Amino acid sequence: MEILELAWIFEWLNENLLVPIVGDGEFGILVRNLILACSVFGLLSLIALCLVWWERKVSAHIQQRFGPMMTGWHGILQTVADAVKLIQKEDIVPALADRKVFFWAPVICFVCAFAAYIVIPFGDGLIVSDLNVGILYIIAITTFTIISLMMAGWGSNNKYALLGGMRSAAQAVSYEVPMALSILGVVMVTGSMSMQEIVKAQSAWYGFHWNIFFQPLGFVIYVIAATAEANRTPFDLPEAEQELVAGFNIEYSGMKFAMFFLAEFVNMFTVSAIATTVFLGGWNGPWLPSWFWFLIKTLGMVFLFMVFRWTYPRLRVDQLMEFAWKVLLPLAFLNILWVGLYEEVFSKW
Amino acid sequence: MEAYVFYLFAFIIIASGIAVVTMRNIFHCALMLIFCLFTVAGLYVLLSAEFLAVVQVLLYVGAVAILMIFAIMLTSRLAGREVQLSNEQTFVGGFLALVFALGIFYAVNATYFVPSDAVLGRENSLAIGKLLMTEFVLPFEVISVLLLAALIGAIIIARREGN
Amino acid sequence: MDIGLYHYLSLAAFLFAIGLYGILTRRNAIAILMSLELMFNAVNINLVAFNRFSGSDGLSGQIFALFVIAIAAAEATVGLAIVILIYRNWRSIDADRVNLLKW
Repeated sequence: MEILELAWIFEWLNENLLVPIVGDGEFGILVRNLILACSVFGLLSLIALCLVWWERKVSAHIQQRFGPMMTGWHGILQTVADAVKLIQKEDIVPALADRKVFFWAPVICFVCAFAAYIVIPFGDGLIVSDLNVGILYIIAITTFTIISLMMAGWGSNNKYALLGGMRSAAQAVSYEVPMALSILGVVMVTGSMSMQEIVKAQSAWYGFHWNIFFQPLGFVIYVIAATAEANRTPFDLPEAEQELVAGFNIEYSGMKFAMFFLAEFVNMFTVSAIATTVFLGGWNGPWLPSWFWFLIKTLGMVFLFMVFRWTYPRLRVDQLMEFAWKVLLPLAFLNILWVGLYEEVFSKW
Repeated sequence: MEAYVFYLFAFIIIASGIAVVTMRNIFHCALMLIFCLFTVAGLYVLLSAEFLAVVQVLLYVGAVAILMIFAIMLTSRLAGREVQLSNEQTFVGGFLALVFALGIFYAVNATYFVPSDAVLGRENSLAIGKLLMTEFVLPFEVISVLLLAALIGAIIIARREGN
Repeated sequence: MDIGLYHYLSLAAFLFAIGLYGILTRRNAIAILMSLELMFNAVNINLVAFNRFSGSDGLSGQIFALFVIAIAAAEATVGLAIVILIYRNWRSIDADRVNLLKW
């Protein structure tokens, strides 16, 4: 199965194709990083397009429908058709909108959704850059998404959009705290914030020494908080269709809407990838190549989030805030206490 | 390479800083502040303080800036309006600030700072964590109490009377 | 040319002066708080630069900067709460108009 690992292919391509052309000086490194960024960007766009189609299929089957069936095999090209349609649409900007803010909001949202993938290990050796503050970097960079949602809400000059933006900010700030604390438990065990180290620390037991077995509470807290972070039902108050029409992106159309929409799915994939890396052993696993394990686990998490969305009703605003501060936060502290006790007392026996 | 990056960052920091104190739309000021603080985080990376850079983004962009935007949303009318945000001391204030900047600039360049030969390790987030739990544990605890007090204080101050 | 301590200190001096200008000339209370954040950051750049180029005992400069960031967060929280309260009583956050110590 060594032959199916992708890391050596990239290594080979780099050595035999890139280095002879651009050299390995500063310029060569620049070109290599640029190519790397473009390929990660392309891969994730493809994944996001597939996820949009998958979400429609899952929702349809939960509701005993078929979903898109016409374009391609079981409608697999539906998203491509939708994207083409969205690109062709007229780009409408409201007359009273704050034009600069209105323009930059989707751009920032889109860019920051992808920026998290610098430190995600897709497989053994498949990581763009293994920062030593990896997991903290992801938590930090995803806060820009909140800023972009608030910009969208403010720039549209529309009360529904503004309400959606403010709700999303309040929600994301509140749920970021238990999310970071649940990850802290794993960082305590690993003793490092580097994503690669976190994965390697779970490689015992033939690749099944997953953190979820030792910190089930932490995993549950993370999944709940991540659902809220990604603005998914039952925490999708920022875009609650029935109350806020569509929330922060009500005034957006065409390409800008597509950027928000795509960023949402990339974000869902991000939180699933973090859950995989931090709690589910990352790319560890027997027999199959590492990137395949990563993909299976991450898509499993994505599927879980989709099932949440189509089977649970939405919370009220006050319930949402109360749940974050009065339930999740104390539980997160309990999890940290448990991890500390486990490390100091039980694991020594 | 490092010099180019530094001058780029310095230019962005100064330019966006000036934008923060001169722009007339308060929401744009807040966005410029975020941009400025994010670039300062980039400067920290240049100074091999990655942990601090990430904390800077997490706390300033993720908490302080969002809090400010919230306050702006709660205290201003809807977007698009430009209002006079400066008072009549613009000239005096500008003069004072310039004198101050040049004074410090002169003082800095007239002083000899002893350079150190210590090289910072790449793993300094680990070292910071250890120092916070050993040598600096008392300030660390005091900061925790301060943050808790600020949290409770803010809630008490901003709470509506009566309910 | 190598980038050294003096470059960072000069940059921080100018950033601090910009913040000072903002505090002296701004009317809006939130804008004043923003200028204050600029000044905090100027100080932090100094601390981290000293830690990098002139420090002899490891990381105390960075740790001091961490404490400054934490205190800036606390300051912003309480400051903005006061701004909200002022807005509720005056219907305006013009710092020049808030001139009564007691209502």
